[in-house]
This record gives sequence, C-alpha cells and structure tokens, in this order.
Amino acid sequence: MSLMLNDFLPAAPEIFLLSMACLILIVDVYVPERYRLVTYQLSQATLVVTAILVMFLYPTESVLTFSDSFVLDRMGSVLKVFVLLMTYFAFFYSKEYLRARNLFKGEFYLLGLFAVLGMMVLISGHSLLTLYLGLELLSLALYALVALHRDSTAATEAAMKYFILAALASGILLYGISLLYGATATLDISELHSAIGSEGEGRNIVLMLGLVFVVVGIAFKLGAVPFHMWVPDLYQGAPTPVTLFIGTAPKLAGFAMLMRFLVDGMGGLRGDWGDMLVLLAILSLAVGNVVAIAQTNLKRMLGYSTIAHMGYMFLGLIAGTAAGYAASMFYIIVYALMAMGSFGMIILLSRAGFESDRLDDFRGLNERSPWYAFLMLILMLSMAGLPPFLGFWAKWSVLRELVAVDMVWLAVVSVVFSLIGLFYYIRIVRLMYFEKPTDHSAVAAPGDMRVMISTNALAILALGLYPGALMAVCISAFAI
Amino acid sequence: MVEQLVFYALSGILVFAGSMVVTVRNPIHAALFLVLSFFTTAGIWLLLDAEFLAMTLVLVYVGAVMVLFLFVIMMLDVNLVVLREGFSRYLPVGILIAVLLGLELSMVVGASQFGLDIVPAPAHHGAGYSNIEELGSVLYTVYVYPFEIASVLLLVAIVAAIALSLGEHRKNRKGQRPEEQVAVNRKDRVRLVQMAAERPDSDTP
Repeated sequence: MSLMLNDFLPAAPEIFLLSMACLILIVDVYVPERYRLVTYQLSQATLVVTAILVMFLYPTESVLTFSDSFVLDRMGSVLKVFVLLMTYFAFFYSKEYLRARNLFKGEFYLLGLFAVLGMMVLISGHSLLTLYLGLELLSLALYALVALHRDSTAATEAAMKYFILAALASGILLYGISLLYGATATLDISELHSAIGSEGEGRNIVLMLGLVFVVVGIAFKLGAVPFHMWVPDLYQGAPTPVTLFIGTAPKLAGFAMLMRFLVDGMGGLRGDWGDMLVLLAILSLAVGNVVAIAQTNLKRMLGYSTIAHMGYMFLGLIAGTAAGYAASMFYIIVYALMAMGSFGMIILLSRAGFESDRLDDFRGLNERSPWYAFLMLILMLSMAGLPPFLGFWAKWSVLRELVAVDMVWLAVVSVVFSLIGLFYYIRIVRLMYFEKPTDHSAVAAPGDMRVMISTNALAILALGLYPGALMAVCISAFAI
Repeated sequence: MVEQLVFYALSGILVFAGSMVVTVRNPIHAALFLVLSFFTTAGIWLLLDAEFLAMTLVLVYVGAVMVLFLFVIMMLDVNLVVLREGFSRYLPVGILIAVLLGLELSMVVGASQFGLDIVPAPAHHGAGYSNIEELGSVLYTVYVYPFEIASVLLLVAIVAAIALSLGEHRKNRKGQRPEEQVAVNRKDRVRLVQMAAERPDSDTP
C-alpha cells in the first residue's frame, strides 16, 4: 500500500495547522519579548486559514483516508469550523487578560493550537486508536494550559486535580477500548459497527463491559454526574481565559467523541447506552442545576451550569434519531457560544489584581455600564433557555426530539430542572439591575474587545430571532 | 509442554513481582521489582515471537525509564511513614474490593469469553520470520497517521514541560556564558586570607 497525494488532501487542514504550529514554535523562540504579539497574530491567522481550508473541503460524502483511520464527513467539518471559531474568540478574549498579568507568552497560544489539533484529530477519528490519540493530544495541552500560571496556587491545584482525574479517565477509556478490541478484533469504527450489527446481533458480555468503560471514560471527560467532581474546581481555579477555552471548543470535540464511539461505532447497542445516558442526563441535570444555586463564585457557578448543559446535550443522543443527533449538535454549539460570551464578560470586567469572578462583582453593573449589563442579561437569559434567545431554541430542539420518540417523561423532568436552573441565572440579572454597585470603577477594556463581546452576545440574540440557518447546518451535517 | 512450563514460570514471577511492587516498604525495592516485572514480561513476549518488542521493553523501560525513576526516587526525600499511614486500616476493605473486582472481571473476561476454543493461541511463525520487518512494514504505511499523532503528542509534552519548568523563571535560567567565563580575572575568584596557623589536636594523627 502506498500513500498518494489524494490521500493527504482530506487532512489538509490538520497538516496545515501542525506545520504552522511547528513554525510558530520556532518563530516564538527568536522573537524578542516586546514583539510577542507576532506569535498571537500568527496563531490567529493560522486558525483563520485552517477554517477556510475546512470549509473549502466541505464534503458531499464521507471520505476515508490513512487506511480508514481518518474520516472527513459533514458533521466533522461543521464541528471543526466551530472549534476554530471558538478558539479564535478564546485567543482574542485572552490577549488583554494575559498581558495585564504578565502571562502573555507564546506557550499559551502554542499549546492552544496543539489542543485544537487534538480536537480536530478527535473529531475526524475513525479508529479507536486515533480517537484516543486525539483525546490525549487535547488533554495534554489542556493540563499544561491550566498550570501555566505558576504563581497561582489555585491554578496549580486545579491543574493537579484535572490531571489526575483526567488521566484516570483516560485509563478507564483505554480499558474499555481494549475490551472492545478483545470482543471484535478490530479498531476500525465501521468494522466495529458491523461486528456488533446494526441491531446489536453480536451483543455479548465483553462488549457490554467495554461499552460501560467507554461511557464512563467519556462521561468523565465531559464532566457528567457522577463523574463531575473536577469540573467546578477546574473552572474556578484555572485562569479565566483557560477556563473559557476549556469550557467551549473541547465540548464540541467531546460531542464528536460521543458520536464516533457510541453512534458510529456502537450504534447497534443503542438500547444499552441509551439507558446509561438517561441516568447520566438526569443526574447531571439535577446536580448541575441544584448545586449551582449555592455558589457565590460565578466561574464555579458556570462550572455547575456546564454539568447541567451536558445533561441537556445527552437528551438528543438518547432520542437516537438523526434529528436527535442534529439537535444535540445544535445544543452543544449554542452552549459553547453562550459560555464563550459569559466567560468573556468575566474577562472584560476584570483587571490586574481583580478577577471579577464573584457574583457580588456584578452587583449594580447596570449603573456602571448599562450596555454590558444588557449583554450579560442576554447571555444569562439565553443560558436559562428563555425565548427569544438562542438558548431557548437549543433546549426546545432537544426536547422536541425526545417527545418525537415518546420519551415525554424525560422531557418533563428536564423542563422541571431548567425551571430550577432559571433561578440562579435570574439572580445575576437581579444583582445587576436591582442592587447598588459596591465598585464604581468604569469598565476598562480595549475597544476591539468591546466590539467582539458585543458581537458575541448580539449574535446570540440575532440567531435566537432567526435560528433556522444554524439549525439547518446541523441537520445537513447528518443528512448523509 | 516446555513452552507451557516457561510461560507459567514467567507468569508466576510476573504476578509475584507485580504484587511486590505495591506492597514492599522501600520505594527503591519497589522500583527494582518493577524492573523484574518488565523483564519477565519481555520473556512472555518472546514466547509470542515478538522479539523486537521484548528487546525494546528491556532497553527502553529497564535501561532508561526505570533508571531515571530510581534517580528520582533517590533524590526525593520521601517520607515513608506518612505515605504508609493507614495502610493496615484500609487493608481489609482494599482486599475485599480487589477480590470482588477480580471475581467480577474473571466472570466477564474469563475462559468463557476468551478461552482457547474461542480465541485460539497464535500460531508460531517459521524461522525466517522477522518481527521488526513486520512492524516496519505497517508502522509507516497503515499506521502512519496514528504514528505521526503520537509524535506530535511527544512534541506537546516537551513544549509543556519546558513551559511549566522554565516558564516564568526565564531570568534565573542556569546556563553557561562563555564570554564572561573567558573575561574573568584571578582577583574576581581567588581571595587570599591571612590567618594564624592552627595547631592540630593532639589526639589526631
């Protein structure tokens, strides 16, 4: 067997990203400290060009290459574009924060780029081996990013907790993979699917044990209850730009991982993993929404909110139809956009020596800056799932797919928990509009940052008014 | 027959070494038992005609990784008393859970699922079989993509390690500055001190 140029073409965005990351690695060494912006600009340009390449290669049908260990399909391409977009925003928001804290170093952007590469490998993985390697590439870069702020004990502690638990999760996932390999003697996703059979004809106890380990491993990585212990500590302890990055793009990769393992690989065992996901979803919704009420730190609260949102994302997968998967994908993209805006607001309101991550820091924001209070209002109400914001359509679409497969009881349970969740989002709105500010300093953020965050929040409002386009993209991703 | 005897002997030593790794008191002994377990694993791999992997295991893990490990253990002043605190208290629960886990796992991955009738023993290759050739023929063709990703993973590990250990301490970085070493004067480094001669103690020779 030999590799031809055509075999490399589907992976052109990944190859370009890797080459640029290596180039930036060398450039960064020779660039003097005061021109560090060059590294940042090169990284951003790399992300843009990679996104253009991905869009250029948008496939009409699934293409396999590298001995079937890499797949180029529509779901992957859509997710990759959004991963690159989220990373672009994350790098943008992080620039001033890092500069003010003397953390503006090339490593932040380099590790970010390698994490993006890991996500793209994971999204395009078509063999258990590449899926695992992509996941490890992503995780390894993220551990280092969390620990990058060495002087902060909170960040170091968060990094240790994240590293140990994520390494444990990797071990569990790997054990599951080894059992799947033992049961089916293949690492290829399609061959795994045919070995199991589309209706689970090849179902046996080894496969089931492997499935349990894989689901547990993925749930660990996504932070679903009861494997969520690391999420709040990580979100609170990591520097805000890192939290922002971890809370957005990797969630899309996590969704892809679920799809590749469970739907593409083990679609025949849908009944079995569906039940496991129901359990994970209900627990995540309950713990995420109820415990978030007790938080006083906004980053920690958003950590619990992530857990709850993962629960909603599972709902579309539980429905088990193509429309359900599209709804889940829509949900996770919308969630990433909202989380991006929310953490962006925390960064915007912070300054050196003041993190602005407590709920009290948002007290009376309306008097300090009505515009940012309005943007935060959009973000919080969208997270809560109120119309006409985008978050409403995300919740509505997963619930609609649940009702379509006659799982009304689960839909009712999740609506009840979103009503509970409404409380803590509304509380921030109350703090901003109906309380007196304790801190009267003006919001000091550079102009470009103000424009970006406004675009981010207004996009949630605009897409909420016209959700059809984004939904159509998600549906077309599962059309082939 | 002989092969089975060798296999059981190696496996027995492996299980013994593995359990010693987690139970011996001295971390250096634990590391040495880990070396023993690597060595016996290499022997088992030889039985499977995987001579290249067996050699790599001994060369890389025993020769490099474990030696480095020993250095680290010897340099760190680990407080054994604190580490082993509560060992006997948690031992019964630990044993109970380990036994239950072992029973459960053996029910699933035991002979009923992976017996010789279901998964036959791999056939032996002829004398001309080369493990390295077989590995090389697929490593850079069929598995080139995972192989490259693995190499990127190592690159990220290097970047991360340097970023974390040098990171903010770039100014205190230890390194040689040849121009300063050459330009150094005798009077910068050597100081002559006048002091009274001391008489050695009478009981020392």
